[in-house]
Amino acid sequence: MKQSRRDFLKTIGISGAALAGLKPKKALAAPKNILSDERMGVLVDTTVCIGCRKCEWACKVSHDLPTSPIDEYEDRSVFSEMRRPTINALTVVNEYENSKNPNIPIDVKVNCMHCDHPACVSACIVGALSKQESGAVIWDSSKCIGCRYCMVACPFQIPAYEYNTAFQPDILKCDFCNDRTLEGKIPACVEICPVEAMTYGKRYKILELAYKKISREPDKYIDHVFGEHEAGGTSWVYIAGKDFADLDFPDVGNKPMPGTSESIQHAIFAYFVPPFALYALLGGIMWLSKSNHENEEK
Amino acid sequence: MEESLNPTPISKKFLTPGVIVLILIALNGIIFLMVRFLGGLGSMTNLDNQYPWGLWIAIDVAVGVALASGGFTTAALGHVMHREYFHPIIRPALLTAMLGYTFVAFGVVVDIGRPYFVWHPLIYWNSNSALFEVGICVMTYITVLYIEFLPIVTERFIGRVNMPGILSSFNKPVDWILKILDRGLSKVMFAFIIAGVVLSCLHQSSLGTLMIIAGPKMHPLWQTPILPLLFLLSAIAVGFPMVIFESLIASRSLGLKIERKILSKLSNYVAPILGVYLAFKIGDMVIRETFVYLTEFSVESILFIIEVVIGVVVPLRMFLSRTVRNSMPGIFIASALVIFGVVMNRINNFITAYTPAYSLGKTYFPSIGEISVTVGFAALVILLYRALVMIFPVISTPSKETASKSKYAIRGAFK
Repeated sequence: MKQSRRDFLKTIGISGAALAGLKPKKALAAPKNILSDERMGVLVDTTVCIGCRKCEWACKVSHDLPTSPIDEYEDRSVFSEMRRPTINALTVVNEYENSKNPNIPIDVKVNCMHCDHPACVSACIVGALSKQESGAVIWDSSKCIGCRYCMVACPFQIPAYEYNTAFQPDILKCDFCNDRTLEGKIPACVEICPVEAMTYGKRYKILELAYKKISREPDKYIDHVFGEHEAGGTSWVYIAGKDFADLDFPDVGNKPMPGTSESIQHAIFAYFVPPFALYALLGGIMWLSKSNHENEEK
Repeated sequence: MEESLNPTPISKKFLTPGVIVLILIALNGIIFLMVRFLGGLGSMTNLDNQYPWGLWIAIDVAVGVALASGGFTTAALGHVMHREYFHPIIRPALLTAMLGYTFVAFGVVVDIGRPYFVWHPLIYWNSNSALFEVGICVMTYITVLYIEFLPIVTERFIGRVNMPGILSSFNKPVDWILKILDRGLSKVMFAFIIAGVVLSCLHQSSLGTLMIIAGPKMHPLWQTPILPLLFLLSAIAVGFPMVIFESLIASRSLGLKIERKILSKLSNYVAPILGVYLAFKIGDMVIRETFVYLTEFSVESILFIIEVVIGVVVPLRMFLSRTVRNSMPGIFIASALVIFGVVMNRINNFITAYTPAYSLGKTYFPSIGEISVTVGFAALVILLYRALVMIFPVISTPSKETASKSKYAIRGAFK
């Protein structure tokens, strides 16, 4: 079976084009990831929070999750160990000792930070997670394949997975009450908070407020707004009277989490040049080594 | 007349005591699989919100892909660089790659929560995701591997189509279709072979990109921006040792003569590739100054040292020695060590190095069920390999008849 050089080149071209067809263009392929200047945010003042856990109850009610009656949330024994968001609780409050004033412990509400450059959105194999114009990072059940790569990627360890569901397990995480905010309501947890530990508003205004609070009472707060720069910035930001590391905030650095992996991905697929170049190179080697081989045989 | 090597189906009894043991191991895995599909992942794995990925991603997927690299490395050597001398090892390597990737796909289907949506990446794209690229490349590459295997199927059945009963009237048309397929394939096969090598390079490296996004959750000994390069180099490095390893085992198990010369010659290539891999691994450690972590006594530092010393340095030294390269026990042990090193590397990258931001006092160790499924899949791969080399002309055996089959001996690659 002889094959002419021309056939060879023709087939290389066709298969190269076929290979290219498999690779999507970036504009079409990336999930929604809007970074609107008008995006919303929440300022959590951990010095105000009293740990009443009403936000936990309100969150469950507004997300149709099973919950016990609201009175039972007054039980403070749950604070004995650290809790993390689960499939049944998209937000949880943890309590820490206050060395300045032992009578008033520090309570920290934990939920999705709604990163400006979310690792989960970058990682998701099917683009089931997306960053909305409102700032919310939300999950689309119709796309998800349940691979849990978002959980591997998230620096704050937020997404939870329904491990004991055999059919159609979900990823659950705080969605910034996306359905409510689209209707013009404010997030359920912010609405119910009896002491106004949380302030909902445009993110840039929230940051202004945070610094105003800190400058007004410099003895009460440390001069750091967690989330202003962390992981490239988050929609939810925190102020506290104690170092954030003592309150179990992770050290995630100030660079956007997807930075390195996305630059590698985009370098390998820069206009598909590297894969094509490799294909052409191998084709060239094959061609040359073939002629060498034939010459040897003659 | 000189003896020539031609691929032939191996005629031997399929069932042996060893095979029965493998069947039992496979059945045990299948039983646990049923539990997983009836009760969800939580019913039989130790995975949780802290440790979302475990043994199945590390072994079934990452190790599976790495150890199947014999397929593209031998294709590059034998077909692209046209070293015809090595052709007898290409088909067994191709079969291993085909089976290996098939079970990588099974591994993914078992691990993801919604297996029936495994095709979603084909329609929902996220080009920012390393996992998306791995998924697309692996799906495409599996297709390419099956196409590369097709000529072996046509060779087996052309002129021998013999269906029973009513179907026998279709014997002729089927034979005719096989012949057309065969002729068409041999014209375009080289394009698939190159595509296979390109796709392998792409996803072998992207598999390394996977854990980069985990950022500070990965131990600094492994977390590096050159992870994709290290994954690619280690995959290339383990390709030939894997071919040597399984060739020696298959010869032993099937009672065949060992192709000493070919395997010895193949082992010449191992040391340079392994050396480059080691150089990058050490260089990366020096540049990022992560060697400071080796001074602390921890699980991570011990496993890192085992991975690099026993899995890379020792076999590198062995493959540099001519005496070792000429001795079959020598290259068997050295190859086994390279394989061990790559397996350790993948386990370390996906399990050892991963520390959740909040572990809540838990550490991950695979459950009996997870181990059973992984071991069961490995047993199934071996069983299928054994069955397929008995059905199809995969393994080359010495035969006196020359030339008669040469049309089929090397298919496609620019014959």
